[in-house]
Amino acid sequence: MAGISLRNIRKSFKDAQILHGVSLDIADGEFLTLVGPSGCGKTTLLRIIAGLETQDSGDVLIGERMVDDLPPKARDVAMVFQSYALYPYMTVAENIALPLEMRRLSALQRLPLAGRFMPGARAARAGIDRDVKAVAEGLGIGHLAARKPAQLSGGQRQRVALARAMVRRPKAFLMDEPLSNLDAKMRVQARTEISELHRSLGATFVYVTHDQAEAMTMSDRVAVMMGGHLLQVAPPQVIYDDPQDLAVATFIGTPEINTLPGRIGADGRVEVIGTPWPVTVEGQPGAEVTVAIRPEALMVTHGAASDAIALVGTIRHVEMLGAETLVHVVASPLTRPLVTRIEPSAAAALRTGDPVALSTDPRRVLVFGKDGKRIAVRQSSPPLVPAARGETVHV
Amino acid sequence: MRTRSIAATGLGFQLFRHAALGLGAFLMLAPFVIMISVSLKPSGEIFSPEFTLLPKQWHAWQNYADAFTKQPLARYILNGFIVTGSIFACQLLTALPCAYALAKLRWRGRETMFMLVLLGLLIPPQVTAIPLYILLWQLGLLNTYAAIILPSTISVFGIFLMRQFFLTVPDDLINAARLDGLGEFAIVWRIMMPTAMPAVIAFGVLSLVWNWNEFFWPLIVVQSEHLATPPLGVVFFANAEAGTNYGPLMAAATAITAPLVIAFLAAQRWFIDGVTMTAVK
Repeated sequence: MAGISLRNIRKSFKDAQILHGVSLDIADGEFLTLVGPSGCGKTTLLRIIAGLETQDSGDVLIGERMVDDLPPKARDVAMVFQSYALYPYMTVAENIALPLEMRRLSALQRLPLAGRFMPGARAARAGIDRDVKAVAEGLGIGHLAARKPAQLSGGQRQRVALARAMVRRPKAFLMDEPLSNLDAKMRVQARTEISELHRSLGATFVYVTHDQAEAMTMSDRVAVMMGGHLLQVAPPQVIYDDPQDLAVATFIGTPEINTLPGRIGADGRVEVIGTPWPVTVEGQPGAEVTVAIRPEALMVTHGAASDAIALVGTIRHVEMLGAETLVHVVASPLTRPLVTRIEPSAAAALRTGDPVALSTDPRRVLVFGKDGKRIAVRQSSPPLVPAARGETVHV
Repeated sequence: MRTRSIAATGLGFQLFRHAALGLGAFLMLAPFVIMISVSLKPSGEIFSPEFTLLPKQWHAWQNYADAFTKQPLARYILNGFIVTGSIFACQLLTALPCAYALAKLRWRGRETMFMLVLLGLLIPPQVTAIPLYILLWQLGLLNTYAAIILPSTISVFGIFLMRQFFLTVPDDLINAARLDGLGEFAIVWRIMMPTAMPAVIAFGVLSLVWNWNEFFWPLIVVQSEHLATPPLGVVFFANAEAGTNYGPLMAAATAITAPLVIAFLAAQRWFIDGVTMTAVK
């Protein structure tokens, strides 16, 4: 068991820079997910940790030990690949046993046929068989030991790949989108299983995915990567509630966070569609900003809203999802509909074409600068009484 | 798929197609059929004006007995196995690591090296025959098994065939092996070779057929009868029997062709997989 530290990792392929100085500390026993759109460099970063790629500069430490010059096999990490990468001509048991054979048997003992008669080989083989069996039973694939990978379903292959990674008790597990080849139902089930596995093994997991649901549900911390930069590393709820970058805010969350164009008024308040909102930020007055509100933070009501933050619009579309209802509202002069997530009971009376008002709690408004970075909100007042210029009233 | 193609092409074309293929097959097989037929007949019947496929009077036992006793035919066949077996083993030993390096490792000059390998395919063996002969003479290896085997130990075609097959093996399989603790040579022998078994077998059949039938090179470097490979043996046989006794001669020819046919039939399924590159996964 060991933590992993990355220090200022850079990597280019030909002319394209893939990683722009990534630094990250992963604690011992932590489940950290690297999430980002395809091509953001997350898989490259994982391969650099594994030693399958060499970084151009920067250091990788596994358990306080610099591993930059160590080949993959000496780093004592295991990897589960997207394609599972099972050896096609070996049985399940042989697949799982291979990493142990390479570690516990000498080159002579590994020889075909003759190796069986080398001193100590029999005892070592028996130990390997025992461990392989234990791991396979633990993952519920004991009965498949004699099958070849081609005879297994996707879910079974994924378990064999996990078993092969687990059997040698590595310091850390690296997982490269291990669930993306499973169907939707299996994926939800496997998510739980991998989380439980992490709890029971207590090992460090580094998990790469482009699926935010996997990132949010399984991780201790999520690292959001875009274009070779780490934008934010934080627990899932913090990433969701308190994103430090507009790209993080829009990438995480379904449906996507609502964004509105705004600017900072002379008094520091954010103005949206010409109306000042009771949200005061630190920033240059006159600067363009983007205001972002999560769908569940928007309230939709018939008629005029009582809150100070209010937008008037028309319902374009109502999506009933069962547990919740999404209402798409076009608030003129904006063209892109704003999406609100509300209780089905609250949506019962809403029809496409109805004029409605949208309102929100100022404390749930996120403001981002032109560079996409979050702008700190100095004061945001909850439902407010119209105040004198430059003042805000707290309730 | 099949029914549609029949409907689309019509019966006339079907008949024509089968007739053309049948004619081709007949032309290919006829010499072998006559060879086997002659090997079963007494000498009187071979040149009789009326041709029959099966002999009127069976003479198979005598012909085959003559073939194996008048000349050391079994020895020639054994030589054939020794030579082709050693050559194939050496070819695998060199072709698999080379193909792996050319297909899956990243190093400067790889593409140039591959071009040079392809260039090697273009050079006919006769061009290098004289330098090789002189080299073997200087090493004192003429008239030994080594003289027949050494020049064939590196198969450019084998490197090319295995490289093409290795390209289809997913990189993650190799990465998984690296993490599982295998070194690069262990990857070649424990991962790549078993994965590429269809190609190995296809290459094996081609190599076996090529080297079993090789006449030119053994004729140059081998004088002793006890080192003769099967085709040389048939020539010795023809010379010794003054070329008249066709029954035993054809029996000998049948006997040395049989291992090839058996090897091909046994490996047929993999052979086709290997040549058409559709096996992995």
